[in-house]
Amino acid sequence: MEALIQSFFNAEIAAAALPIVLDGLLNTILLSLLVVPLGLLGGLILALLANVRHPLVRWPLMAWVDFFRAFPPLVLLVLLFAGLPFAGLELGGFACVAIAFFLNTGAYYGEILRAGIDSVPVGQVEAARSTGLSGLQAMTYVVLPQAVRNVLPDLMSNTLEVVKLTSLGSVVAVPELLFQARQAQSVTYNPTPIVMAAVVYFLILWPLVRLLSRLENRALAARR
Amino acid sequence: MSKWEKFLDTFFNARVMEKYLPDILSGVLVTIELAVLIVISGLVAGLALALVRSLGLRPLNWLIIFVVDLFRSLPPLVIIVLMYFGLPAADVSPSGFVSTWISLALVLMSFSEEIFWAGITSIPKGQWEAARSTGLSFGQTLINVILPQALRLTIPPLTNRTIAITKGTALGTVVAVTEILGQASSAVSNSYNPSPLMMGAAAYIVLFLPVVVIGRWIETKFAWKR
Repeated sequence: MEALIQSFFNAEIAAAALPIVLDGLLNTILLSLLVVPLGLLGGLILALLANVRHPLVRWPLMAWVDFFRAFPPLVLLVLLFAGLPFAGLELGGFACVAIAFFLNTGAYYGEILRAGIDSVPVGQVEAARSTGLSGLQAMTYVVLPQAVRNVLPDLMSNTLEVVKLTSLGSVVAVPELLFQARQAQSVTYNPTPIVMAAVVYFLILWPLVRLLSRLENRALAARR
Repeated sequence: MSKWEKFLDTFFNARVMEKYLPDILSGVLVTIELAVLIVISGLVAGLALALVRSLGLRPLNWLIIFVVDLFRSLPPLVIIVLMYFGLPAADVSPSGFVSTWISLALVLMSFSEEIFWAGITSIPKGQWEAARSTGLSFGQTLINVILPQALRLTIPPLTNRTIAITKGTALGTVVAVTEILGQASSAVSNSYNPSPLMMGAAAYIVLFLPVVVIGRWIETKFAWKR
C-alpha cells in the first residue's frame, strides 16, 4: 500500500509537477476555446448547406460527413502533421490540431445542427418570410435559436467529447494537459503527474457528465 | 518531372506502397481484432452493469454511477497512457494491446451502461407490475418483457457511440500497438516517404466507412416511431 501511494500519489512529485500540470491545464482550456467554436463554425456551414436540397450539394455533403465520421481523428491529425511536410507545408502541431478539429468535429456538429434545423416546422419559416424577413434573417432569428434549443443536449455532449479529444494534441507536441503530464512523468520516472492530469480532467468534466446523464435519460424517456 | 508527377511520386509511390503493403495489412488485422474485442467486451459489460443497476441496491448503484461517470469524463487517451505507463509502477505491465483494449472497453462499457439504463427506465412501471402480476419472476420480466422493448430503443444512440469509440483503436499507436496507424507511421519514418500513411488512411476508410453507412441505415430503420 505504502509503495502504491509512493508511485501513484507521491506528494513530493505532485508538488514539483503541479506548475507543469497547471500550465498544461491552461493550454487545454485555451485549445478548447479555439477548437469548440471552430467545430461549431464548420458544423454550421455544413448544416446550412444541408438545407440546399439540390442533389449536387446533397450527395457530396453526405459523403463529406460520412468520410469524417469514419476517419479516426488521430489519423487525420497525424496525416496533417507528418504527411503535409512532404508537400513542403510545415504547419506545426497547434495549426494541425485546429484544422483536424475543424474537419472532424465540424462533421459531428453539422449532423446535430442539421437535425436541429429539421426539427423546426416549415411553417415557422413561411410565417417569418411572410412578415418580410429575408431567408437569412428567418434562419438567424427564427430557425436557428429554436434549432439550437432543441438539440442542446446533443451539442453539449459533443462539446464534452471535443474537450476530451484535445488530449490528442499531446501526440503532435502541443503542450496541453496530457502532454505536460507525460513530460513530468518521463522526467521523474513516476506516474503521479499522469494521475494528476486524470484527476484534473475528471474534476473539470464531471459536472458536465452529470448534467448530460440527466438530460439524456429524460430525452430517451420522452421519445417513447 | 511535372509538379503533378512529383506529387504522385511522393504521396502515392508505387514502390514504397508495394514494399509496405504487408505491414499495413497486418495492421488492419490487429485493428479488426482490437475493435471486435472492444465492442464485445464493452457492450456485454455495459449491459451487465445496467442489469445489476436495475436490482436497485443503493450502495452498489452509487458505485456503478461513479465508475460510469469516471470513464465518461476521462479522455480515452489519458486512460490508455495511465494503464500503459502507470501500472508498471504497481508491478502490473499490460502490453499496449491489452491497455488499449481494456481502456476502450471500459469507456464503451460506461457509455453503453448509460444508454441501456436509460432504455430500461423508459419502460413504464405498469409494464413491470402487469408482468409480475401474471406470475413472472423479476428475471423473467426483465428478460422477456422489459429488455426487448428497451433494447430496440437503445439501438440508434448505441450504434453511434460504438462506432465513435471503436475508431479510438488508432490511439493504440501511442502505446506501440502495431495497428494500422502504428504500422503506417513506422513505415513513413523507415522509408522517408508519406505513401504508407496514405495507405493507412485508405485502410481506415475501407474499414470504417461501411460501418458508418450501415450505422446510418440502422438509425433510420430503428428510428423512434410512435
